Amino acid sequence: MLTVLAAAALALSSSLLAQDRPQSLRGATPITGTTKVDQHQRGPDQGPIPRDYVQQPPLIPHKIDEYRIDLNFNKCMDCHAWSKAKEAGATKVSLTHFRDQASGAELANISPSRYFCNQCHVPQVEAKPLVGNSFKPVDALAQPGRK
Amino acid sequence: MAQDRHNKGLIGRLWTMLMRIGPWTALGLFAAGIVFWGGFNWTLELTNTETFCISCHEMQENVYKEYRDTVHYQNRTGVRATCPDCHVPKEWIFKIARKVQATNELWHHFMGTIDTPEKFRAKRGVLAQHEWARMKANDSRECRNCHAYGYMDYSKQARRANQAHPKGFDEGKTCIDCHKGVAHRLPPTEQNIGAPKKAAKLETR
Repeated sequence: MLTVLAAAALALSSSLLAQDRPQSLRGATPITGTTKVDQHQRGPDQGPIPRDYVQQPPLIPHKIDEYRIDLNFNKCMDCHAWSKAKEAGATKVSLTHFRDQASGAELANISPSRYFCNQCHVPQVEAKPLVGNSFKPVDALAQPGRK
Repeated sequence: MAQDRHNKGLIGRLWTMLMRIGPWTALGLFAAGIVFWGGFNWTLELTNTETFCISCHEMQENVYKEYRDTVHYQNRTGVRATCPDCHVPKEWIFKIARKVQATNELWHHFMGTIDTPEKFRAKRGVLAQHEWARMKANDSRECRNCHAYGYMDYSKQARRANQAHPKGFDEGKTCIDCHKGVAHRLPPTEQNIGAPKKAAKLETR
């Protein structure tokens, strides 16, 4: 009985000891050098980019460097709000964004749950795809001259 | 003698005065003038540096940190606009006027009006309005020290910029009308998203 307890205590303490130092997911593999980060050049600003699938959040066809979205101010809304879009020549925020996702109620303003635009809408860079892809848009999205 | 003095011109009278104090004293006064003016200007220019501006923690902790994320702090070519480039006029008379105004800022520094981030946040709207009003009144003079309308090549500007700029100029707009918050964060602004904010609706873009 005593040996069992001692063994258990030993096992516990060794596991505690092992937990003392954080274990990296990388394991014992050492870091030998710095990783090369790809330098992507942003493409020029363009008009709306066609969607690849019907549910796709429209892509951002322009630079968004330094466009902050914070508690005080949302730079996207500076042009894409309904009150600003026409003058700015920008796309209006979708009507679907006025619906409160929790209750399903239609709101008088854009739902606060849609505040962080770049959770779904992202800009693009000129980069080679990492893996091949044979995805084809549905016929409804087919456009003349498009692959 | 009295008649004599009246007959002399301005230069003559100055010469008489010079002779009375002696040429060496005159030369000394002249040199002292140069040293005084040089010293005054040197000291004034010392207060016109980024290092001086951020020696107050109000600036260091709030506006400077925000500015570090922007293109005027760091960019592709390394051409920068530091605090005084935008906030202190270059022309002497306007510069002195601004420096006199700045004594009020010194007062508030010692009063501790915005000595915590919370106090600064509460006052940001008011302070921003002051700066916008100044820029609006002087037709964004400090922007134009570097960004001159007349030398913009629209063909080199991006799609949105080359549409917005000629339109803005035709409508007689000035830089600050659209370019608010380019170097610092903006105060709470009503933007037709979510619950209404307790703030005046401000026009940017």
